[in-house]
Amino acid sequence: MSTTIAPVEVGTGSLAGSARRALPSTPALALARTRIELRQFFRERMAVIFIFAYPILMLAIFATVFGQDGTTVGPEPGIPFAQYFLPGMVATGILLSSFQNLAMGIAVERDEGGLKRLRGTPMPASAYFLGKVGSVLVTSLIQMVLLIGIAALAFGVDLPTEASRWVTFAWVFVLGTAAGAVCGVAFSSVPRSGRSASAIVTPIVLVLQFISGVFFQFDQLPSWMQTLSGLFPLRWMAQGMRSVFLPDWAMQLEPSGAWQHGTTAAVLGAYLVIGLVVGVRTFRWRRRDDG
Amino acid sequence: MNTPAVLVQDLHKHYGDKHAVDGLDLRVEQGEIFAVLGPNGAGKTTTVEILEGYRKRDRGTVQVLGEDPQHAGRLWRSRIGIVLQSADDHAELTVSEMVRHHAAFYPGARDADEVIDAVGLADKARTRTRALSGGQRRRLDVALGIIGNPSLLFLDEPTTGFDPEARRSFWSLISSLREDGTTILLTTHYMDEAEQLADRCAVVRDGRVVALDAPSALGARAQKQATVTWHDGGPREQRTSRPTDLVAELAARYGGEVPGLEVHRPTLEDVYLELVGEVA
Repeated sequence: MSTTIAPVEVGTGSLAGSARRALPSTPALALARTRIELRQFFRERMAVIFIFAYPILMLAIFATVFGQDGTTVGPEPGIPFAQYFLPGMVATGILLSSFQNLAMGIAVERDEGGLKRLRGTPMPASAYFLGKVGSVLVTSLIQMVLLIGIAALAFGVDLPTEASRWVTFAWVFVLGTAAGAVCGVAFSSVPRSGRSASAIVTPIVLVLQFISGVFFQFDQLPSWMQTLSGLFPLRWMAQGMRSVFLPDWAMQLEPSGAWQHGTTAAVLGAYLVIGLVVGVRTFRWRRRDDG
Repeated sequence: MNTPAVLVQDLHKHYGDKHAVDGLDLRVEQGEIFAVLGPNGAGKTTTVEILEGYRKRDRGTVQVLGEDPQHAGRLWRSRIGIVLQSADDHAELTVSEMVRHHAAFYPGARDADEVIDAVGLADKARTRTRALSGGQRRRLDVALGIIGNPSLLFLDEPTTGFDPEARRSFWSLISSLREDGTTILLTTHYMDEAEQLADRCAVVRDGRVVALDAPSALGARAQKQATVTWHDGGPREQRTSRPTDLVAELAARYGGEVPGLEVHRPTLEDVYLELVGEVA
């Protein structure tokens, strides 16, 4: 190495500090983390397929299989199948790219020693978490654009034109992504190892999808299942998205006969706060067997 | 006057009933390569992780680059480099991307290409890290440890699992850092590694320093005792600090050639095993 360093003045931290340039700012590091997280995510083919492309593939398959011969949902005139199915896939997409992505991804990073290494650098913890949030926002946005675009172009789903519906979309998307992300961070400490993470997280997400009426018409699920799903955010994200993409008369298909925006906001907000508190208190930078 | 890079006094760390570190003292001067030797479970890693700010101590004083790691901030972190025992994170990034990304964390980081070149990964710069061999991965770990231009570098058992050739080339990499004036604190359970690299080494047993000296001096101390073996019906053995006298005496006794005569001086490995062996 050609660089030669003068012996360090030990014990004069401020002096040594001023001799060097200032520490990089947290926003700059958060941006650097976002970039590296995205690069990493899109290079992991399995993750891209299961987290990113899954809702797009499911929409394509379900709409093709069940939507043939002009099948509709609900009383006359009915909602074309692809249109009824889209809100559920939008909600699933948000859950996967926020909750599942982080719960599994961070567990693996911790297991591989990546978290411990980062902890040993001058990168502030907040830059790490902001980087996660940034990358989740970008992946979910790309996912939403592709999902909704394919629904409109390939399956002829009429997209809403009223601005108020897109406002609803925006807040359900942002609140759902944020809640999913902080819960994913909190949940990442649950699996004992990175390897077991997918075995624990995937079934939870799958069960949530079934009971929240993502695959089926929600009003045809047993009522106890509808009630149970009310405890979890996916059902409320799906309902919120139905209020965006379905005509207003379809609210009679909801168990309550209304879109319940207030409850949706309250449940997602509660998950956001609880996830944040639990996540901050329980986050581990090291493996569980690492003391 | 030089302040030490690391100063540890009466360090204690308990896990339940187990005293992982039990009254350990350590002083590492600036610019030296200091090895902490000891068997698994001697308290090496616990001690080093306290110095790195990963763990909290129960008792004692710790100063690393003049600050208490438990309360030190980002600026302090930017002046130390850490190479952990094992890490295989960020498998999908290339060597160059990893090093550049880490460079962004530090004020006044080294040039990424120079560092990659220095650790001998120039031809792997565009390779994804998952495709690296164990030795190459370790070199990348060192690159990430030194990219911030640290005053003090921690190396935790850096060559465990290496083949002899990889160890040798790794050692020359570490020696080259010495020329930059970097202080290096290294833990190892290989005596030959300490002998190759370290200016001084501390042998740790049961959470305490049981010997502290230059590796050669540590050896010399025990080399005063030699073991003379020969055959006389069966194998005979005698330990002595004056082997020449004994051999002369034997030669006189046998009237010339002594059957099966051998004189052994303990190797550094033997010294080390004796120091830590009493525990078993």
